[in-house]
Amino acid sequence: MMGFMLTIIRRDLLLIARQPAELINPLVFFVLVVALFPLGVSPEASILSQTAAGVIWVAAMLATLLSLELLFKLDHEDGSLEQLLLAPYPGWSLVLAKVLVHWLVSGLPLVLLSPLIASMLFLPSQALPSLMLSLLVGTPTLSLLGAIGAALVTGVRGGGMLLTLLILPLYVPVIIFGAASVAAGAQGLPIDGYMALLGAMLVFALMITPWAASAALKL
Amino acid sequence: MLSSPKSPTDLLLTQELACERDDRCLYRQLNWTVKRGELWHIKGQNGAGKTTLLRQMAGLHPIDSGCIVWCQKGTKMIYLGHKLGLKEQLTANENLAWLAALNGGSSQTQRYAALATVGLRGYEENPVAHLSAGQKRRVALARLQLCDADIWLLDEPFTSLDQQGMIDEQAWLERHRGSGGAVLMTSHQDLSLPQVKILDLSQFSGTNDGVVEWAS
Repeated sequence: MMGFMLTIIRRDLLLIARQPAELINPLVFFVLVVALFPLGVSPEASILSQTAAGVIWVAAMLATLLSLELLFKLDHEDGSLEQLLLAPYPGWSLVLAKVLVHWLVSGLPLVLLSPLIASMLFLPSQALPSLMLSLLVGTPTLSLLGAIGAALVTGVRGGGMLLTLLILPLYVPVIIFGAASVAAGAQGLPIDGYMALLGAMLVFALMITPWAASAALKL
Repeated sequence: MLSSPKSPTDLLLTQELACERDDRCLYRQLNWTVKRGELWHIKGQNGAGKTTLLRQMAGLHPIDSGCIVWCQKGTKMIYLGHKLGLKEQLTANENLAWLAALNGGSSQTQRYAALATVGLRGYEENPVAHLSAGQKRRVALARLQLCDADIWLLDEPFTSLDQQGMIDEQAWLERHRGSGGAVLMTSHQDLSLPQVKILDLSQFSGTNDGVVEWAS
């Protein structure tokens, strides 16, 4: 089974390497949203530093949503999803492998890019660890929960909007606690509680997603 | 009639299998036994349910009533549908590598040999996007050479193949049957092989009471 997951991971990473636009587009989107925000609101450092946490988290969520639609769709269109489902391995391992690749190419770059974005928005430097930590724990949750929606809309034409509507409610708690942990970090308050909640959400998503998404794929 | 005694050569059988799509009964009361060394040609006009039957066999389409019994443990099956399951950006060799890994893996030498068998020597490292429709079909067929599956479920496997390709493929089907495998395929072309068993789905379209004589 590990071999099966490794096969998928290797294949999908190779595909991304051949078509790096898929990796870069959500990142560019993320940076653009954050870069445009000061133009629309105010370039004042005092205002930006207060809103930075929320803006970064919302932009990260939108960037994740943008890349989620294609998670299973391309495989469905060329028939390789059928072949993966027919392989003598459980469906959850397929989902887990696909989600892992999705996070590696969309979530992890966001985490790595966040210090740059944070300095653009004058986020206090003491909040940086909490920002990176919360993104590190929160973005896999976004990828996991999103996979359920992506699996449900796989065969649906123009399922992007439907996916957003399905998934957004599930993202709300992650955003609330993610942004709150950064705000707490900025004021030098402990963030253990937020991290525990984000971690709990990650574990929850890790438990339900592989089964829910693989059931949805077989519909 | 319902449960015939199992023989060791039985690979799979269907019992009272039925399929409905959009309130239309495609076929029903399909009792069918597939044995090792058999080549079944599933016939029927467009929309008769040939593809759906193959997908039910593969487990890709829900079964409304009846059942499909796999008689032996560990029977390996390969399904090749209208969609070939190839990634356009990957080369023929890379595509075969991940596809074969789903059924146990393969070595580079094996993959090159399989591609040479299907007439794609020299195209091993070309992206599949650059190949013609017939060549893509050949890449997908090369997988059959790589994996020692017992049952091949082939949906219109001659699509976009040239004359020589069709002749070659029939030879592979014959060899697979000879080595104790079974082939279930749909095609609108007639096969030029001996002993092809024919399943005509129009006999099961709902007016029949299920007692059917096999044409072979």
